[in-house]
Amino acid sequence: MNILGNVVEHYVLLSAVLFALGGIGFLVRRNVLVQLMCVELMLNAVNLALVAFNRRHVGDMNGQVFSFFIIAVAAAEAAVGLAIVLSFYRLKQSVFSDEADQLRH
Amino acid sequence: MTAGNVFFAVCSIAALLGAMGTVLARNPIRGAMGLLLTIVGIAGLFLKLNAQFLAAIQLIVYAGAVVVLFVFVIMLLGPDAGANDNKTEAKATVSRALAGILMAGLSIATLVLLLRSADKPQRFGFVGPEHGSVEAVGQQLFTKAIVPFELTTALLIVAVVGAIAVARSRHQTPKVKQNPNPTRRFFGGPLLPRDAGRPLGGEETP
Repeated sequence: MNILGNVVEHYVLLSAVLFALGGIGFLVRRNVLVQLMCVELMLNAVNLALVAFNRRHVGDMNGQVFSFFIIAVAAAEAAVGLAIVLSFYRLKQSVFSDEADQLRH
Repeated sequence: MTAGNVFFAVCSIAALLGAMGTVLARNPIRGAMGLLLTIVGIAGLFLKLNAQFLAAIQLIVYAGAVVVLFVFVIMLLGPDAGANDNKTEAKATVSRALAGILMAGLSIATLVLLLRSADKPQRFGFVGPEHGSVEAVGQQLFTKAIVPFELTTALLIVAVVGAIAVARSRHQTPKVKQNPNPTRRFFGGPLLPRDAGRPLGGEETP
């Protein structure tokens, strides 16, 4: 029987790649909407790692419960973040994070 | 090659393609669709990991609420949401360097993890259907994790109120100019003798 997808290392590797992609997108892109989406991507990667490690512990649901809370926090973060994006767009008529420079001078 | 292997491969490839689409897409709508593909792929991986409850929650909360919220805001902002940002991205050298360091560090760390465990990769043991079911997760949620669970309600209500307070327009809605004549204001016509002969409604004409 093939081992692909049946050991925790494969999931952790995939989770690390997804997290790195999200981090790269957050750092390189300048569109605030895309940056928020990349934050969601990173949270999803963390969820995947938590659930994968939880699979090793039969009868213990701590990882999945933690992942549940992360999903709740991510939903709240998306709502507040998008509200801030709307407010920012109303202020600057732009969605680029470079425009947010009022504290700079 | 069993069905489980194929399922893992398909879900992980979908998640990777969606993530790359999110990062690379010029159009934010396409980015949101990439995020959706990633979320569905990860929900499939949750199923493979015997986390049925979390897979359902993932689909409901992320695919059903968060992505829809993103698409809603992108549509609300219109073409400005996808305006070309090449000009500012060209000078993001520090960000690119940081991103490269992040990618390299994570890759090396996971490769080390894989190589160290390559001699004896430990397969997942057998678990019954109760692992990851609604009953098991809920039982833990309402016993050991009851305090954070209740605090989550406070978090969500604060987030809702905060989102409304932040997104609401600061401008006062322009007040309808009130007719100073109370009779006209309430009845719209010259009911009192002192108003007879004047034009109906609107402003007082001298």
